[in-house]
Amino acid sequence: MGRIRNHDRSAVAVAAAGGVALASLGLSAGLALAEGSVTIASWGGAYQEAQDKALFQPGAEATGIEVKQETYGGMSDVRLKVQAGAVPWDIVSSGSGSAARAAEEGLLEPLDYNIIDVSNFYPGLYTDTCVGSDVFSVVLAYNTNTFSEDKVPKTWADFFNPEQFPGKRAYRDKVSGALEPAIMADGASLEEVYKVLDSEEGINRAIERVRQLKPHIAVFWKSGAQHAQLMKDGEVDMTTGWNGRFDVAAKDGAKVAYTFNQGLLDYDCFAIPKGAPNKDLAMKFLATISTAEMQANLPLHITYGPTNKKAYEIGQIDDALARKMPSHPDNAALQVPISLEWYAKWEQKASQMYQDMLTE
Amino acid sequence: MSDAAARIAATDAATMLHGANAAELRASERGERRSLLGLTSPAVLLVLVIMVLPVGWLFYLSFIGSDGTFSMENYTRMLESKAYGRIFWTTFKVSFLTTGICIVIGYPLAYFLAQLPSRAANICMLAVLLPFWTSLLVRTYAWLVLLQRRGLINEWGMGLGLWGEPLPLVHNLNGTLIGMVHIMLPFLILPLYSSMKQISPDYLKAASNLGATPAQSFWQVFFPLSLPGLFAGSLIVFVLCLGFFVTPAVLGGGKVIMVSNQITNNIELFFNWGAASALGVVLLVLTLAILWGASKVLPLDNIIGGGH
Repeated sequence: MGRIRNHDRSAVAVAAAGGVALASLGLSAGLALAEGSVTIASWGGAYQEAQDKALFQPGAEATGIEVKQETYGGMSDVRLKVQAGAVPWDIVSSGSGSAARAAEEGLLEPLDYNIIDVSNFYPGLYTDTCVGSDVFSVVLAYNTNTFSEDKVPKTWADFFNPEQFPGKRAYRDKVSGALEPAIMADGASLEEVYKVLDSEEGINRAIERVRQLKPHIAVFWKSGAQHAQLMKDGEVDMTTGWNGRFDVAAKDGAKVAYTFNQGLLDYDCFAIPKGAPNKDLAMKFLATISTAEMQANLPLHITYGPTNKKAYEIGQIDDALARKMPSHPDNAALQVPISLEWYAKWEQKASQMYQDMLTE
Repeated sequence: MSDAAARIAATDAATMLHGANAAELRASERGERRSLLGLTSPAVLLVLVIMVLPVGWLFYLSFIGSDGTFSMENYTRMLESKAYGRIFWTTFKVSFLTTGICIVIGYPLAYFLAQLPSRAANICMLAVLLPFWTSLLVRTYAWLVLLQRRGLINEWGMGLGLWGEPLPLVHNLNGTLIGMVHIMLPFLILPLYSSMKQISPDYLKAASNLGATPAQSFWQVFFPLSLPGLFAGSLIVFVLCLGFFVTPAVLGGGKVIMVSNQITNNIELFFNWGAASALGVVLLVLTLAILWGASKVLPLDNIIGGGH
């Protein structure tokens, strides 16, 4: 939740269908040879539905571990449960940033990478306490009616240039994923982004760009559902946002396209809360759903890429689908991976500065 | 027995009787008070458990820093950052404006309702109450659909040539106020209507009988008598507005940040109930201060206190 809120990315209009599907999950998974059970908390909606179909159900079948599912409100819930000494969940699905901060607070069990094989993972998509589950991207999306073929915004500089690219914008309402595009628009290259932002002057430079664009920013968005809806309704002509959302919106007929160019590559991960009742089983289960075979299922259900590189090589994801994934090598090369270190060091400070700008 | 003696004897008997009675009366009064206490104790206990304890807990949490020890950091942060002052300012500004607009719209409406024959008034009251029974979230999103750039109002307005560019009706203060006024209006109209209904038409007749013009009898007789209802309604509206979350979040476009919105931001950002509790405490204290100030100027006693 701290940075990029997964549950927000979950459902656009399909949430209702998700509820029904989720209700039947416990049952179907329960039919496996009960070796014991793990309880997984995730964000509900289309996101958890995809996780269920791609990872949880096949994982339960492969291991014989019964899977019980719940939804939760993020690491602040975990904190409460850990402090109360009553942790109901064995595995939680989290954003990478909030997982990193929860780890710092000692809310998570260390993961055993002798059991979970991450040798084929993209580097940086797992930490001591959290193993990557899917890769997504913060991208520049635009209305295909407003911007026709010959003149579409391709870079953050275009996004921050209302003279050349007139139109209403939407932008993130908090600091996560908001400073990187601004500093790139200000001339920083992909490699330089976090170097430039590693000082108050750098952060100020980025915020100043947002401040200048503010008259053209109609909405500061809070959630993935919101930025998808804004594009669908034509309320804004350009926005930042999570790529999977725009694919769902486009499938629903929204005039929206996006580019991976200068995108921010981020990931979600699974963690085990401190004091989880079935820690060992959870570790085993995580090992299974982190394999290339399981990871290769995910793109079939949502346009978020696998964290296990090998998933692309086993033939389950065809080339056309693979090219749509944020973590496809061609796409990944265009983007900058989110720096957890930067967020750990600067997020609270930068948030205050960003908020000062927002409330002006 | 002489008359005087008889009178003395009677008085004596009366005092004796009275003295004996007094003790009995006191005893029965005590008993009554005890049983009354017994009757109210569940309610008192409930208030204690669901009101006093959580608020006390809130105060306590607000003094707990991120490292879990006693600290003022949650309060000093509010002083250091310019954003917090602006957020409180926005909160009170939005609440005042909403209350003001509700009064301007609601007073004539309540007056109109109070003049109608009861059957027609009931039907009209239903129209006031109907939105009241619909989910707040649904109504808020409905406004979003109506007010947005390609929403119904802008499409029609531009289609009819009334205005050329889409009006900025939503994702700003305008949208927030429209949504909040819509939600809050019944809270103003209901107490106002009931206090207007209690004003006897005879007073107005008497006023005109004594030579008052219709305007004079309204302003000098009707209006002052309707004030308790107006104050009660305004107070309810104002206090409820202070805690609004959904409407500014959906219709404010991320630019109208009220205290409740900031509370969720703080929980997410600082992972810490203390940072959020401190905001709640400050809002509570400021609200009480404003109500106290208002009670000095306006006759709020008979609304809040109930007695004199």
